Amino acid sequence: MIEMDDKSDFEPKIIGFLCNWCSYAGADLAGVSRFQYPANVRVIRVMCSSRIDPQFVLKALTEGADGVLIAGCHPGDCHYIEGNYRTRRRIAALDKILEKYGLSDRVFLEWVSASEGKRFAEVVTDITNKLKELGPNPHKARWEI
Amino acid sequence: MPDQSDDIVPQYYEDVPLEDDYLIQVPEIVMLDDEFVDLETEVKIVSEMGIRTKKRTIEGDVLIVGAGISGMQAALDVADKGYRVVLVDKSSTIGGNMVKLDKTFPTNDCSICTSAPKMVEVSRHPNITLLTYSELAGLDGEAGDFTAHVFRKSKYVDPDKCTGCDDCTEVCPIEVISPFEEKLAKRKAIYIEFPQAVPIVYTIDYENCVGCGACERVCEPNAISFLEKSDDIEVKVGSVIVATGYEVFEPLEMRQEYGYGKYPNVITAMQFERLLSSFGPTEGKAKRPSDGEKPKSIAWIQCVGSRSKQLGFPYCSRVCCMYATKEAAITKEAEPDTDMTIFYMDLRAYGKDFQEYYDNAKELGVRYIRGRPSSVYQNEDKSITIRYMDTHTREVTEKTVDLLVLSTAIMPSKDNKRLAEVLGIEVDESGFLKSESILSDPIQSTRKGVYLAGCNQGAKDIPDSVAMGSGAAAKAMVPIKDREQVVPAEPVPEKDVKGEPPRIGVFICHCGKNIASYVDVASVTDYAVTLPNVVYTTHEMFACSEDIQKKIKEKIEEEGLNRIIVAACSPRTHGPLFEDTMAEAGLNKYLFEMANIRNQCSWVHSHEPEKATQKSKDLIRMSVVKSALLEPLEERESDVIPKTLVIGGGLSGMRAAIALADMNIDTFIIEREKELGGNLKDLHSLFPSEIEASEIVNPLIERIKNDPHITVYTETELLGVDGFIGNFTAKIKAGEEEMELQFGTVIIATGFREINLDGRYGYGTSPKIVTQMDLEKKMKDGTLDKVKNVVMINCAGAMDEERPYCCRIGCGVAIKNAHLLKGLNPNAEITLLYRDIRVFGKDEEEYFANVIENDGVKIVRYLKEEQPDVSVDEDGNVTVTVKDAVYGDELTLTADLVVLTAQTEGGVETEKIKKMLKVPTGSGGFFTEAHAKIRPLDFASDGVYVSGSAHYPKNLADSIAQAEGAASRASIPILQGIVKGEGIISRIDPDKCSGCGLCVEVCPYGALQLDEDLKIAVVNVTLCKGCGACSGACPSGSARQMGYRDNQILAMLGSAMISGD
Repeated sequence: MIEMDDKSDFEPKIIGFLCNWCSYAGADLAGVSRFQYPANVRVIRVMCSSRIDPQFVLKALTEGADGVLIAGCHPGDCHYIEGNYRTRRRIAALDKILEKYGLSDRVFLEWVSASEGKRFAEVVTDITNKLKELGPNPHKARWEI
Repeated sequence: MPDQSDDIVPQYYEDVPLEDDYLIQVPEIVMLDDEFVDLETEVKIVSEMGIRTKKRTIEGDVLIVGAGISGMQAALDVADKGYRVVLVDKSSTIGGNMVKLDKTFPTNDCSICTSAPKMVEVSRHPNITLLTYSELAGLDGEAGDFTAHVFRKSKYVDPDKCTGCDDCTEVCPIEVISPFEEKLAKRKAIYIEFPQAVPIVYTIDYENCVGCGACERVCEPNAISFLEKSDDIEVKVGSVIVATGYEVFEPLEMRQEYGYGKYPNVITAMQFERLLSSFGPTEGKAKRPSDGEKPKSIAWIQCVGSRSKQLGFPYCSRVCCMYATKEAAITKEAEPDTDMTIFYMDLRAYGKDFQEYYDNAKELGVRYIRGRPSSVYQNEDKSITIRYMDTHTREVTEKTVDLLVLSTAIMPSKDNKRLAEVLGIEVDESGFLKSESILSDPIQSTRKGVYLAGCNQGAKDIPDSVAMGSGAAAKAMVPIKDREQVVPAEPVPEKDVKGEPPRIGVFICHCGKNIASYVDVASVTDYAVTLPNVVYTTHEMFACSEDIQKKIKEKIEEEGLNRIIVAACSPRTHGPLFEDTMAEAGLNKYLFEMANIRNQCSWVHSHEPEKATQKSKDLIRMSVVKSALLEPLEERESDVIPKTLVIGGGLSGMRAAIALADMNIDTFIIEREKELGGNLKDLHSLFPSEIEASEIVNPLIERIKNDPHITVYTETELLGVDGFIGNFTAKIKAGEEEMELQFGTVIIATGFREINLDGRYGYGTSPKIVTQMDLEKKMKDGTLDKVKNVVMINCAGAMDEERPYCCRIGCGVAIKNAHLLKGLNPNAEITLLYRDIRVFGKDEEEYFANVIENDGVKIVRYLKEEQPDVSVDEDGNVTVTVKDAVYGDELTLTADLVVLTAQTEGGVETEKIKKMLKVPTGSGGFFTEAHAKIRPLDFASDGVYVSGSAHYPKNLADSIAQAEGAASRASIPILQGIVKGEGIISRIDPDKCSGCGLCVEVCPYGALQLDEDLKIAVVNVTLCKGCGACSGACPSGSARQMGYRDNQILAMLGSAMISGD
């Protein structure tokens, strides 16, 4: 029962990796359009989603993040031709490992274009709600001292 | 001269008959020597101050008169091409009218936040000489060799000594009504217009100064100098751009009807903007002038001074519907309980995303009442009652509001007549400066070598003014194109900070209210100072303003800062400005980091201020840890192929190519059709005129055929584009032949098309049902049968759930065609079904009014939810039924011709081109520009530009201005000759690389190769674009993306996990 109460107050910590050209721009546009979304994501800007080394995702989860968002240009729209395809393959491979640790549903790969401010706000709202539902990252060992 | 003292102006207006008053000369105040000696003063005003010094001469290439947004854009475009600009403004600051606005539609961007970076850029551009508080007094010579006479008034303050500390205004005993604040506030006789003014130098208003000397006594740097002289400056240039802007109609002669100047709670929309502005007289709070209370209800009356032959001007002022919608929506969002009403005639939400913005305002609860109120009166409690007839219910009723805002028209500057005389150009019947031809050369004035931009020849919104500023910068090149470019000065030598411990300075921005209303900036600042390596923090009203740039540079010196963090808006929009500031202080620009606490924080968490404050602290902490690990990076330079590719051979593509050719730049035009001309070649004639399209398009085609700078490929398909700014390669298929083209920049000019109506409105079921485009073709070919009963249906397939946008051009086309059909058969009965009549451009409203008055075209308004129905019976008779929204009648109209004004969408190849050039599109398949207001021709990706209807459907004048603007933008990298590459590229650490080759495989540019001897990967830096794919793939951590190294990203990540306070 206590756990349930915790869940309702639980504010997940989310790391968001956004590519500079599409998703970061989309997040900027969400601001310009004043679309409100939960304040749970801390954004790290990268030039391309293909910069994201799977170890960053693992590191985030072991350091205690409750979720990780990776957002890039829609397939076919990558500013660097095909970076987002690499990302897609890489995250698919990473997912196999995450599954083993029960972390698979804490990592989100989304495509958000520069004109999709609304979508960015929806994506963040959506994953925040999902993570609230899931509760804290069970591997947050370092946290529990 | 500065604006007249404000209590003079109203009296002056009251006695003058309306039709003349805007052209009456304001008597110029002449500074006579004897006026100075007569002043009773103890300070050192001496008679010499009135005597003009010896003439100073400035050698330049282009003179630009007016430093509003359009003039600033023109100045930057010319200066970036390597030519010398002399920029003159009569005010003591640059920025024009735009800086007075609170926010801009339809993105609600803060106006000063988008203007300030441009102002700062202008003031520090090495090729721009700024003459503020100055006026053009004469222009001799001819195109290519003008001598302009500029009178620069003394500010009596030494710009090099003034620090902008504001001590002087504290002690100045004289209060003057502030024209900048639209008479809502007072300023002192020594003043700056607003805190972000550029240059940030105080000005003594000579007319009001009593010479008490108080300011001089308190001025610590001794900047006040009553001895500073006004001077006559001779400016030698090759061309002149006039961008003198507009004035706002002051509805004093309407005080009988609307009570302005009679009742305190009746204000103009520009005054309301000042109330909303965070640096305005009420610091952004809407208050009633009578008692300073928050109004519980506000109403707007549209078309005050416009669309009227009796009071004001006959034209449509083009921006008022949207600014009123913006003001109402913003206020409603902040104060949801306030009652908002807009009284309008036609709601002209014609531009890109305007209709959606208007729909959103309605959803927020802004009420729109169609009707032009006849009169207002004031009640005892100073509230205002408006008498009006709602044209939908036909009832005359009253509404009482706390505050009434009049949406007053944009009108020609009263100075236009004098200015036109000085320039040797003409004014039109309204008093605007006259273009050579509205249909074929809107930027060219009536004198060779003198060009027009912005609102001085007609009302425009900001992006159209910016585009026109760029366009004028292209045209102004013609008389000077053979001149030598300026040799750039050596950059400030870079300090070597390698090995120094990090010393970080954090500058936190309020962004007016945009951040500070939701984020507790003081507490964020207190927090930031506790972070490791941070040695200096501050919070400022606008971090992007000129004075803060100065401050950043000072602090770099004083505090020995070697890393800078700005916590403000987005690095995508404002990063370059701060990077330039650092470079000027000798710091490598890659030692800069930005924390996005506005777009990605205060704006999106405005309902949760505590969380927004916490997130701001987190974002700054993450930036601080990354900043400490940043290293200086080098930028490589590469050559630019001096050619431009224009995709699309319609009007705007052709005009862009011609503008480039006029600058001696080679272009390729590729066109998928057999012939050049685009939509224009199918059109019969062009609104708002009866000029046949062929008269416009044929001379252009002829010109292009004979121009050695332009190569045309018709029936050509674009197969692919590779490369980046400066060095693109396109594969094309011209006829059967495949070939490659190489060029430095690209302009997308792929136009628009009518949507497929797909059987709606009976389209396709009867030859009597056609679209406007079909009708144009028939009229052009002379194949139109004589018609008697015509029904036109506007907005066919437009502004509905599927396509919520307005097509921008349909109303004009329909009205013109109604007029033409009437000309073919004077007995024709023409009924035009419409939702709002959106004729907004120059001469458009007048044309419309004329057609309604003289042609007897019947117009019937219908509502979105009551769409007209078109049916065809067995005998082929066509009937249209519609409910008249004004009179309530159900009308049944038999028609022998139904013309559908079909919705428009982006050109056929939009999707393909979007992918090839990596540029975004938005609603309707139109290309999305880099910034809706201030970068209308650029994309976020460098070297690619948009022009004409590929951006959004446009009339001729706007398309041409935009095409010439795009040509200007596309010519800049070419005329600069080199582009600087990114410093953010990848490096391989040879000690760690195992030579696995993964990076070679993932690199999309082939920039990585395996060195067969060393068995490690090596980077070809000219090919590397800095995406970081190799770093993401490298198993050994040897592929390092500079600026985004593993340790930097991991540090941010770790820092994000800490709960800091």
